[in-house]
Amino acid sequence: MQVVFERPKSLTDMKFSYCPGCHHGIIHRLVAETIDDLGLQEKTIAVASVGCSVFSFNYFDTDAIQAAHGRAPAVATGIKRARPENIVFTYQGDGDLAAIGTAEIVHAAARGENITVIFVNNAIYGMTGGQMAPTTLVGQESTTTPGGRRPLAAGYPVRVCELLNTLEGPSYLARVSVHDPKHVKEAKNAIKEAFRAQAEGRGFALVEVLSACPTNWKMDPLESLDWITEKMIPEYPLGVFKK
Amino acid sequence: MAKVSFAEELCKGCELCRKACPKGIIEMGEHINAMGYRPARVEQQKQCIGCAFCAMMCPDLVIRVER
Amino acid sequence: MSKILMNGNEAIGEAAIAAGCRYFFGYPITPQSELPEYLSKRLPQVGGIFLQAESEIAAINMVIGAASTGARVMTGSSSPGISLKQEGISYLAGCELPCLIVNIMRGGPGLGGIQPSQADYFQATKGGGHGDYRNIVLAPASVQEAVDLVQEGFELADRYRMVVMILGDIVGQLKEPVHISVDPARKLPEKPWALTGKEGRKKNIISSLYLEPDKLEQLNHKLQKKYTEIKEKETRAENYRTEDADIVVAAYGMPARIAKEAVDKARAGGIKAGVFRPITLWPFPEKELNEAAGSARKILTVEMSMGQMVEDVRLAVKDRIPVDFYGRTGGMVPTALDIYTEIKRINEEIMEVKPYASCI
Repeated sequence: MQVVFERPKSLTDMKFSYCPGCHHGIIHRLVAETIDDLGLQEKTIAVASVGCSVFSFNYFDTDAIQAAHGRAPAVATGIKRARPENIVFTYQGDGDLAAIGTAEIVHAAARGENITVIFVNNAIYGMTGGQMAPTTLVGQESTTTPGGRRPLAAGYPVRVCELLNTLEGPSYLARVSVHDPKHVKEAKNAIKEAFRAQAEGRGFALVEVLSACPTNWKMDPLESLDWITEKMIPEYPLGVFKK
Repeated sequence: MAKVSFAEELCKGCELCRKACPKGIIEMGEHINAMGYRPARVEQQKQCIGCAFCAMMCPDLVIRVER
Repeated sequence: MSKILMNGNEAIGEAAIAAGCRYFFGYPITPQSELPEYLSKRLPQVGGIFLQAESEIAAINMVIGAASTGARVMTGSSSPGISLKQEGISYLAGCELPCLIVNIMRGGPGLGGIQPSQADYFQATKGGGHGDYRNIVLAPASVQEAVDLVQEGFELADRYRMVVMILGDIVGQLKEPVHISVDPARKLPEKPWALTGKEGRKKNIISSLYLEPDKLEQLNHKLQKKYTEIKEKETRAENYRTEDADIVVAAYGMPARIAKEAVDKARAGGIKAGVFRPITLWPFPEKELNEAAGSARKILTVEMSMGQMVEDVRLAVKDRIPVDFYGRTGGMVPTALDIYTEIKRINEEIMEVKPYASCI
């Protein structure tokens, strides 16, 4: 008998501190598997952001830096410009990337910085306790949109892939989900493509991963899978936008 | 022939594996682990086809699959 | 020794290259834009990278990234842009990353003006960002000194893993002859903590996040120990005719140079005046000031602000000597005559008051 599935080398032994049913764990694993598959562990430098994944620098067994909220693409730019031979990726949530970090992600993409961005979209602010995110859906309950998000007061959700797709700079943009094994496989393919894009010097690559936040959506992990398929995917269509 | 093993102390009882298993052989245990969750387990190993869907869904690297 | 006539901002850029800096991330803002413009031309010539960032915030974070790889890296801005960088500076301090930041100060607060000022002294030396930290702050009073301090600044930054700030005022826009030396034998220090990919070693982490309070307290103690060492070893100051001075003018940057002219005029008229010029604003040269003002009856602090360094002057002499203040701000520059007039006024004041001992 052969082992067909086990912990990837590019993850440390540290236990994830994420909630039960949070998809950060799946996505971390897919990134680590990709780094292993492409043989990049010793070349990779991870840029952690601010959000539930703030400690991702402890989970990835690579060199890593913890960046200020929203600024990971700028930090990654500094690292990649200084050391183009390394593989540099950021791992960011929706507050980090689509709120405070909007300028940094747009301009890193516009410049075609040869970095890889993993963007985890769970339509809410997890770490700080469930406030509205730029990606929160109209009508979605959050601690700062009691009764549901109303456009007149709080505007409309932001579709990052579509936004960045107006730019010349990106070489690969994809939106995926990890709510069942089929989609996990597709997500891994997209993540691998995004790292390959960097390794082959093709330029900026971003994968947006729809993710569950059972705790702040106030659902159990299985219910949250349905919320992704029924509510999130219609708003954030899956697919490869650019390659 | 396939074998699936669960590192119970890592399990958070999220049940994503149970839902993903095409043979329906994953159940949550009666007991609780040190974190306070009911960990996933498989009684009927012989029914396991080694598809690793459970491991693919697990956010906590609980599951190891051999085939 | 041959010299060339150079604009201060440009000379700072050339000095950085001479010091081995190959990465500049910045943003245009008057009165320092000549620095990014110059480096946009020069850095590609020496195989370096110039990148105009989307904001001063992005720029300081790019500095953080490049510094984390062990490279010599710098950014430049002016007062409002330096305000934007404060979070990044706090992160640099918490992560103990070395870099050079140039602030060519302009009038404030707010959008202010584009003429020079010295109104960012508090921000630079007391920490404009959050948390307990310090930056090394160097204040040049000539284009040549700016060149020298940039080169020394990179050495200090690497030696202590600190942010070094070059706090300039008029010098950014000044044109003077300079000599910029390149040491061909210069070797950049090893940085085993840098992020280069974990080949052949354990992974390196650069982070300022410490959720456990005892660990965060430990970090702060470690930083303070470093700052204490710097305070003991790295103060720099210049004395001009202070040996027997009754009145010591304390000033930094260009106003100190103007004050020298005022002091010469005072001396010519029989007034015993001198200039004490701190070159390191942090660490503030307290010992040197007390020595310079050993026999002084009064210290006149002159700044292009409403009075910021004057507090450090008072702290340094522990109010043992009375401290007066004269300042112009908003972009106004004190003239030698203005300063001389103050010195004269003070001299008349102290000459009326007999020293205490002679009353007995």
